[in-house]
Amino acid sequence: MGSQAERYKSGVLPYAKMGYWEPDYVPKDTDVIALFRITPQDGVDPIEAAAAVAGESSTATWTVVWTDRLTACENYRAKAYRVDPVPGAVGQYFSYIAYDIDLFEEGSIANLTASIIGNVFGFKPLKALRLEDMRIPFAYLKTFQGPATGIVVERERLDKFGRPLLGATTKPKLGLSSKNYGRVVYEALKGGLDFVKDDENINSQPFMHWRDRYLYCMEAVNKAAAATGEVKGHYLNVTAATMEDMYERADFAKELGSCIVMIDLVIGYTAIQSMAKWARRNDMVLHLHRAGHGTYTRQKNHGVSFRVIAKWMRMAGADHIHAGTVVGKLEGDPNVIKGIYSVCRDSFTAKNPEQGVFFDQEWASLRKMMPVASGGIHAGQMHQLITYLGEDVVLQFGGGTIGHPQGIQAGATANRVALEVMIKARNEGRDIWNEGPQILADAAKWCSPLRAALDTWKDVTFNYQSTDTADFVPTATAS
Amino acid sequence: MRITQGTFSFLPDLTDAEIRAQIDYALDKGWAIGVEYTDDPHPRNFYWEMWGNPMFDLRDAAGAMTEVLACRKAHPQHYIRVNAFDSTRGFETTRLSFIVNRPTNEPGFQLKRNEVGGRSIQYTTESYATKKPEGSRY
Repeated sequence: MGSQAERYKSGVLPYAKMGYWEPDYVPKDTDVIALFRITPQDGVDPIEAAAAVAGESSTATWTVVWTDRLTACENYRAKAYRVDPVPGAVGQYFSYIAYDIDLFEEGSIANLTASIIGNVFGFKPLKALRLEDMRIPFAYLKTFQGPATGIVVERERLDKFGRPLLGATTKPKLGLSSKNYGRVVYEALKGGLDFVKDDENINSQPFMHWRDRYLYCMEAVNKAAAATGEVKGHYLNVTAATMEDMYERADFAKELGSCIVMIDLVIGYTAIQSMAKWARRNDMVLHLHRAGHGTYTRQKNHGVSFRVIAKWMRMAGADHIHAGTVVGKLEGDPNVIKGIYSVCRDSFTAKNPEQGVFFDQEWASLRKMMPVASGGIHAGQMHQLITYLGEDVVLQFGGGTIGHPQGIQAGATANRVALEVMIKARNEGRDIWNEGPQILADAAKWCSPLRAALDTWKDVTFNYQSTDTADFVPTATAS
Repeated sequence: MRITQGTFSFLPDLTDAEIRAQIDYALDKGWAIGVEYTDDPHPRNFYWEMWGNPMFDLRDAAGAMTEVLACRKAHPQHYIRVNAFDSTRGFETTRLSFIVNRPTNEPGFQLKRNEVGGRSIQYTTESYATKKPEGSRY
C-alpha cells in the first residue's frame, strides 16, 4: 500500500497517527487492559497523550523505524481506544489502553510491569501519569501460581473460622533483644491473639540477629499454643539483602516449625514470586508487608494505585497483604479500601467505578489473598472494623495490645473478647454499627481488660481527609 | 486451663438459646450444620468424631439442637463443637465452628522440648488427657 510507504517514512509522526489510537477498537477477551489517569502537559492533546502512553508502553520509540515492517506490528502495538475527562479534575483524563497477550511473558510480574509502568512514567509530554486499574485476562492469570496458601486453606490449617484473625506487631519495632522480643510474642499469643508479627524493618540488626529472633519467637509460639490449645503463629520476616539469604532464613523458619514467614514489598516483584513458590513448596503461609508502597500509591495524579499492586501481588502469590483499615492511622478512603479488599478476596470482582474498580475481573480460580488491617486501630472500633472489612481479614492491634494498661496479655484478651462478642452479636442479627458501643460496654462489665482498653482509647480517632479517592463520583467523600 | 479453639471460646459458655441463634444464622446462609465430638483436643486434631453426617437437608434449628443435646447426653465430658459447612464455589469449607460442650476439668497440654543440634528445639504439644486411652480421658 502506498499509505504504508508514507507511514514508514523516516521522521517523527504523532503517536495517534502511528496506530496507537484506535477509537473503534473492541478489546479481545485475551487482551490486558490498563486504565491510566493522564495529565498532559499544557497544549498536548489528550488523545495524542493517550496514544503516546500506549506507544511508549508497547512498541514505539520517538521516531519512525523501518524495522517495524519486519513484524506483525499491528499486533504488538498497544491501542488507546477511549479517553474520558476525569470528573471534577480539570486537565486529567482516564484513558483505556489494550495490550495483546503476546506482549507478555507468562507468569512474570516483572515482565508485565516493565511494559506497563516502564519508560512511560518518565515521558516528558505528560505532567503526571497514574495506573488506576487493570483487567488481567483469564488466559494470562492461568499462567500465575497465585497465593501460596490462600484464605480457605490458611483457615483450615489454623482451624480458625467465622471471625477475623487477630494479630499484633511487636513494639518497639527496633531495639529489643531477641529474648525480650520473644516475651512480647508469648504474652500476646497467650492472651488471645492468633498471630504476632515482625515489623517491616526487623531483619537482622546489631541488637537482634535473625537466628536468635527465630529461636525465641518459636519458643513463644509453641508455649502459647500449648497454653491455649490453639494453633498460633509469628510472621518471621525473612527479608534480606539477597535471595540466598532469604532462602536460608526461610528454611530455618521451616526447620523450627513456623507456619508463616513474611517478606516486604521492597524486595521486588521477582523476589516475591520466588518466595511465593518457596512457600507453596514448603506448606508455609506468606505474609507481605507493603513497605514502600506509599511512595507511589497515595497521590492520585501520579503513580500506581494500590488496587493494581494488590492485583499483582495476588498473581505473584502473597497470602496476606496489608490493605488498609479505613478507621486507623494510615491512608484509606472507605470506598477505595472496599475496592482493594474485593481485589484480594473475590472469585469474581464486578466493575465498580465508585470503588476505583473499572473492569470486571474474573479471577480464574487463583486463591484468595487475606487482607491485613493494621495501624492505629483498637478494640473500641471493633463494630466499625467488622462492618467495613468483613470476616476474612487479619485485624492487627499493635499499640492496642502492647500498650494496654494492664499488660500485653490483657490487651490481647480485650481485643479477642471484643471481636468474639461483636461477631456473636452480628450473627444474632443485631445492628452492630449502631449498637456496637453498647455491645462492647456490656462485655466490659464481665471482662475488665476490655473495660480498661475502652477507657484508655475511647477518644482515639484519625479523622483526616483521604488523598486517594475514586473520582468516578466526585462528591462521594469529603475530599 | 480453658481450651480456646472455636469462634466463641473467649466468651462465657453459650446457653442453648445462644447456640440456637448461631445455628439460625448458619442456616440462613444456606450452610449445613455438623456436630462433632472428641476427647483429644490437640490443636492439630482436625478430625473429631462426627455425630452423624452434616445435616445438608435440615433447615430448622430445632432439629440441629436436638442433635447437639443428644450428643451432649451421650458424651457429657467430651468436647463438642458445631460446624457450619458452606458449599459455595470459592469457599467449600467450614465457615463457623464453635464449642458447645467441654469437660468439667481441662488439664491442658504439656510442651515437650526435644533439644536437637545447637540451640534448636523441636516442640511437641501433648494433651495430658490423651495419656489415657480414648473414652476414659475425662
